[in-house]
Amino acid sequence: MTIALRRRQVVEILLRKRKDLLVVAGLGSTAWDITAAGDSPLSFPLWGAMGNAAMIGLGLALAQPARRVLVVTGDGEMLMGLGSLATIGVQQPRNLSVVVIDNERYGETGMQATHTASGVDLAKVAHACGFGSSRQVREAAELGALRAAIHGAPGPHFAQVKVVAEKLPLVLPPREGGLLKTRFRRALLGAGADLA
Amino acid sequence: MKRQENPWPDRVYKTLKAAGVRQVGYVPDAGHKRLIELCLADKALDAVVLSTEEEGIGLAAGAWLGGVRGALLMQSSGVGNCINALGMTRECRFPLLMLITMRGQFGEFNPWQVPMGQATPGVLSAMGVVVHEANAADEIAPTVDAAARLAFGSCQAVAVLIAQGVIGIKSFQEQASR
Repeated sequence: MTIALRRRQVVEILLRKRKDLLVVAGLGSTAWDITAAGDSPLSFPLWGAMGNAAMIGLGLALAQPARRVLVVTGDGEMLMGLGSLATIGVQQPRNLSVVVIDNERYGETGMQATHTASGVDLAKVAHACGFGSSRQVREAAELGALRAAIHGAPGPHFAQVKVVAEKLPLVLPPREGGLLKTRFRRALLGAGADLA
Repeated sequence: MKRQENPWPDRVYKTLKAAGVRQVGYVPDAGHKRLIELCLADKALDAVVLSTEEEGIGLAAGAWLGGVRGALLMQSSGVGNCINALGMTRECRFPLLMLITMRGQFGEFNPWQVPMGQATPGVLSAMGVVVHEANAADEIAPTVDAAARLAFGSCQAVAVLIAQGVIGIKSFQEQASR
């Protein structure tokens, strides 16, 4: 089956009019993707800790049950933390979505094939782990429903979005971890966050 | 008698509550059995069973981003699983409170536990985690209290190592009967 979706357009659609949405992005291409869609203090792009993006999303979702939380990460990053899908499935956070932008490649290291290139089906894994809402997305027409689920419907949601493997211009978020943490907490919790 | 009615895990639980901890990630360990039960029974606290210890580093980071204090319970063998994730804790200066029951340390019967147990303080220190050791039951809750103040008050990663001598497991049979 041909893959036609472009990663930057997918992420731009999912984040359009994001309002109060809290976003965690896995290191590498997905961090650049969310930044290309418009950097925000309510985004936490990772520059390391590969395999941990979904768990940061879980901690955040449990801490902020009234807010919607979206984790956007790559197939390689998700594969490194596959157990976290089981951990999230046990917790059933209704406000958490995990979207894997799946280009079937390790994009930052030379575009080597990941397991998904050989057919590993992350959406089925997530479903088996307890994500009642889990889908594989290949068509632009499916993105509206995915966006609606992320922004409103009871989760947890999982989506594996198949995208074209392509090298794109880097759009880099701030790098310093302490800055990313503090700007996020101030934006979410107010200036009092610094005194908590 | 009073000490038996209020064993160290109960005192640690009260200390965590007093410190404002509302999320506890854990990978089960016999030494943490009682504390995990107390956390699971507490409806005001999210107790999150993990598939591997490094998940707890992300969980606690996410909790802090959301304004919630977390703690992480594990056995010393799990420390090795956390190393790369601890790089994020350090770079972002996330507070982190780890309560680690030690193996491979004092009268260990399983030789496979010894390398990681012996390396635990050094590995944590190498990743910038402040290490507090609690070598007697009465020391544990006060040490956790100090560690929580250091973690959340000074934005530090802090590990409390609960000595194997306190937990006192000396055989497979004893471990299985707990």
